[in-house]
Amino acid sequence: MSAAVQLLVGTRKGAWIYRSDAARQTWSVQGPIFLGHIVNHLVLDPRDGKTLLMAASTGHLGPTIFRSTDEGQTWTEAQRPPAFPKVEGEGPARSVDHAFWLEPGHADEPGVWWAGTSPPGLFRSTDGGATWDSVAGFNDHPKYWDWCPADGGTPDGALLNQIQIDPRDARHMYIATSTGGVFESLDQGASWKPLNQGVEANFFPDPYPEYGQDAHYIALAPTMPDRIWQQNHCGIYRLDRPAERWDRIGQAMPQEIGDIGFTIVPHPRDADSAWVFPMDGTEVWPRTSPGGRPAVYRTRDAGKSWRRHDAGFPAEQGWFTVKRQAFCADANDPVGLYLGATNGEVWMSDDEGGAWRPIARHLPEIYSVVAAPL
Amino acid sequence: MVQVFIPSQLTSYTDGASRLAAEGRSIAQVLDDLDRRFPGLKFRVIDEQDRIRRHMRIFRNGDRAKGIDQAVSETDEVLIFGALSGG
Repeated sequence: MSAAVQLLVGTRKGAWIYRSDAARQTWSVQGPIFLGHIVNHLVLDPRDGKTLLMAASTGHLGPTIFRSTDEGQTWTEAQRPPAFPKVEGEGPARSVDHAFWLEPGHADEPGVWWAGTSPPGLFRSTDGGATWDSVAGFNDHPKYWDWCPADGGTPDGALLNQIQIDPRDARHMYIATSTGGVFESLDQGASWKPLNQGVEANFFPDPYPEYGQDAHYIALAPTMPDRIWQQNHCGIYRLDRPAERWDRIGQAMPQEIGDIGFTIVPHPRDADSAWVFPMDGTEVWPRTSPGGRPAVYRTRDAGKSWRRHDAGFPAEQGWFTVKRQAFCADANDPVGLYLGATNGEVWMSDDEGGAWRPIARHLPEIYSVVAAPL
Repeated sequence: MVQVFIPSQLTSYTDGASRLAAEGRSIAQVLDDLDRRFPGLKFRVIDEQDRIRRHMRIFRNGDRAKGIDQAVSETDEVLIFGALSGG
């Protein structure tokens, strides 16, 4: 049974919202919203079904958070956006370049939001995104500069690119960074420890360090939160807690495709199922669809095997990339999948990845796509 | 009152006004006065370490300000610009 979906699309030049009919066949568009703003993430609060938060900046202006409670018609700006503490005297002085990831808090904590930023920083709001506080447990951790070295930037800057909260326990959190890998907290961010055993970082002399990995994306299996999927800079991994050593499930991918990519999408109900969108990580790292032939790969057996799905995508000369936050699933049955490409196209599948069709074209470079019930 | 030029990037905060008068004996105080009247404006120009953001420029009369602690007088003009920032 399918239900209407809204897609929250953040781009390098503004945001758009697409809304479907119940069959997910026709789509209407609202936008551009904040044309010209760099929108890294636009997220609907699942706890009230109406609050939208947007992480925005511009080429000139500093970063901020906008909030809407009327389906994106009007927006108010955060009174105190995420910002590092002011450094008095000596010491490295960080400033937030942009908020990258917005995460609604635990279902039992209405009004709580978390934000990850570049340079890597963790921030928390308890008032629905109006004011934000630096989370000292991470940002001022004695190992912060080891986990997040100042020279550890990815092309758009080093990131705290993801925050995941255990649906069973608001105190239990995971974060992903581009400079230190994955970290776990059992006390709602007061303390953190690296969680990277078995994850390769082939750009260091020791390719399996305690930290230093580039965790592109992590996702908890919705029906089995002890299962964590990870698309890493160096491969696809799975970790079933309480184990601490990740399995490189990407080794089952076809050798000519490899297991490099930015994102991984878990199935909303089947904990053994997930999708990836591989990219070319060979030689100089083009980060395009391998061979110019875009495809998703799905596993139905927790990563033991993968099956290619490319129906509808260009059969050749398709060179787009799908960034970290730009691939997602709805909760329908069959599951709808949505991906936003660097060439400004939004693609969807309404049969769990079997066949794909574009539903939007000619947008600016897409940074994020979030699917939410309408 | 110090006369302030507001660039197009910030007129959404100032109800469209590109020229305003503001109080203050330094650029920081001028920006604080603007921020009281137009909440949020200052943080878009100045970061949390009180540094002028990378793609913003502030001039006192014709001279580029290196920092916001620079003194200003009532006859001065403070000009805020969005600098080149890429495509």
